[in-house]
Formats: sequence, structure tokens, C-alpha cells
Amino acid sequence: MAGQVQALRRRIRTVRSTKKIAKAQELVATSRIAKAQERVTASKPYAEAITHVLTALASNASIDNPLLQPRERVRRAGVLLITSDRGLAGAYNANAIRTCEQLISRLRADGKDVALYVVGRKGVGYYRFRNRPIAASWTGFSERPSFEDARHIGESLLEAFVSGADDAEEHHGPDGIQGVDELHIVSTQFKSLMTQTPQARFLAPMQVEEKEREPGLRAAYEFEPEADELLEALLPKYLNTRIYAALLESAASESASRRRAMKSASDNADDLLKRYTREMNSARQASITQEISEIVGGVEALSTSGSDV
Amino acid sequence: MAKQLHVQVVAVEEKVWSGDADMVVARTTEGELGVLPGHSPLLGLLKEPSQVRVKLAGGDQLTYDVTGGFLSVDANGVTVLAESASPATPDAH
Repeated sequence: MAGQVQALRRRIRTVRSTKKIAKAQELVATSRIAKAQERVTASKPYAEAITHVLTALASNASIDNPLLQPRERVRRAGVLLITSDRGLAGAYNANAIRTCEQLISRLRADGKDVALYVVGRKGVGYYRFRNRPIAASWTGFSERPSFEDARHIGESLLEAFVSGADDAEEHHGPDGIQGVDELHIVSTQFKSLMTQTPQARFLAPMQVEEKEREPGLRAAYEFEPEADELLEALLPKYLNTRIYAALLESAASESASRRRAMKSASDNADDLLKRYTREMNSARQASITQEISEIVGGVEALSTSGSDV
Repeated sequence: MAKQLHVQVVAVEEKVWSGDADMVVARTTEGELGVLPGHSPLLGLLKEPSQVRVKLAGGDQLTYDVTGGFLSVDANGVTVLAESASPATPDAH
């Protein structure tokens, strides 16, 4: 009996310290969500402005920029997957990876080869464990991505994309690099604190949407330098901005997902604690009752045998 | 009162400054240019690296070190888009 009480006491201690960890993670994640959301909001003005500028530019420049032209034959597609660096984030990584896998199998079904680009240690670990090739990976910033990180990613994706233009059938082209012909991005969209959905989107070539323009005066822009040249300088920046936005949103989703996972973990720990405490108390009570009845029994036995003397 | 320019200086990670000003001076790849209220719409690629000067009413001036920047002028005002923009130490004159 005493042994049982002791075992329960040990278990309670374990659950209690697990709960402490979960609780702390939950609090940290909560404050991170707020920060991440702030950064998403802070990055909005730039994204809006650059979209505005691009719209003005696209209607004035010719659109034969390589980033805007769909390739005739797509042999290799690049997929950028955004995951987190640390675990304990519920189904966040599993969902992102699953969406990525679905995209990959769809691309394969279309006869496209897939080059994988991964952000975050969890995604890298998943593919490395399965011995699947990763074209490039970046880790160490999933919770606090900076624009610098997005630019590194953007630059290498762009390089792969540009060098994919001259690739021949089966083999890399004259430039000696096997590039890609289109780019996809798998990131997690932050819908609300409770819902985050992974989604796969097209990154490049970008589609120019012809928009009905409102009647009236159309702003006749002057360009310095020429429109085509400007477009060439602006599109890569736009690409980086989109990657940056995806990173930020994924970071917010990661924290939200971790908060939820940690909240249910600490709630669960509470339940366990309650149950174990109850069990321990009743076991202790039982052992006390037993001891008392043993004593009473002993006294009884003594008094019956003593009366004989 | 003279017309004012509505100016925004926006970096990727945050909005750096916005407000009204008398004039914006920036250097594009083609040359230095000043924007006064009523300027015709313009898109310019800023020289790398360069400074953008925002002249406020009352003679004050704000200077920003800008990298990877664009300048957009339209009917609503001036927007300076930059990969990074930080306040520079103001000139002595």
C-alpha cells in the first residue's frame, strides 16, 4: 500500500513538471503570436505599395520578362516548403508537409520533376530521414524571420528559376546548372487563432491579371529608368516580398499552433494531476484504515489473550 | 497655405515615416530629382545606396539612408519603397 502511494507521488511530480514546461511554452507562444501579427501588419504597407507600383508598371511595360512568361515545357518544378525549427507545435509541421507531399505527387503526375527547397529544421529532418534530396534548405529563423532571410531564399530560388530557362531535355543546359521552370510555395495561412491552414501557391512565373480599369484619366507615369528595366529590378523584390509575407504568416501560425498544442497539454496535465491526487489520497486513506484495523485487531487479540492470564 | 506633399517612407519590415512635406529629394539611377506638390506621376529606381531627403514645412529636413529603393509619385503623394531605410545623421547645412 505504501509503495503504491509512493509511486503515485512520483508520477504526480512528473506530471507537474511537464505541466510547467507546457504552461511556459504556452505563454511564450502567446506573446510570440502577438509579435508575429504585429510584424505581419507592419509589412503590409510595403506589400501594398509594391503591388500598386507593379500594377502601374505592368500596364505600361511589355511583359516579356522571364518572371512573367510561363515556360512552354515545364520539366522541373521548384517547391518551397516552410516548416518550423522546433517541434511541440501540434500538427503544424505534419500538415504543412502533407500539403507539400500532395503538391509533389500532383506535379509528378503531370510529368514534372521536383526540386525541393525547405525552410525549418522539422521539414529538413523529415526529408533527410527519408533520404530524399533537398535542393537547398534554410534553418534557424522560423519564429522570427527577417527580410534578410527572405532575400536569401528569394535569391537562390530566382537563380534556379533563371538558370532553368536554357535547360535541355533530361540534362542541364549550357550554364551547367539544373534549374527549375516554375516555383511553388507551401506555407501556412494564419486565418485566426484557432485555424491555420497550409496552402500551396504559385510563386513564379507570375501571372499578370488584366484588370478592368475605371473610366477616366489614367495616370501617365514617367519612368526612370525605362519601364522594362524598372520591371526587371522590381519583380525580384516583389518575389522576395511574397516569400517574406509567407514566412511571417507561417511564423504566426506556428506560434498559434504551438499555443493551442501546449494549452491542451497543460489542460491534460491538470486532469491527470487531479486524478492521480485523488487516487493517491484514497490509497493513503486505505492504508491508514488498514493500519487502524490492524492495530484494533492487535489490541483485541491482546486483550482476549490477556484476560486469560 | 502652400500645397503639401503626402509622403510615405516604407521599408519592408515596417513603415518608417509618413506625413506631409514641402519637397522630396531623391537620386534615381538617372540622376537627382526633386518632387514638389503637383508633380506628374513617376516611378523611379533609386541609386544604390542613396539618401532620400524629405523637406518639411518650416525648414526642417529628414534624411534617410535607403537601400534597394523605389520612388513612386502619384496623385496621392510620394511613396519611397525600400528594402531598408534608416534615419541618417542630418547634414550640417
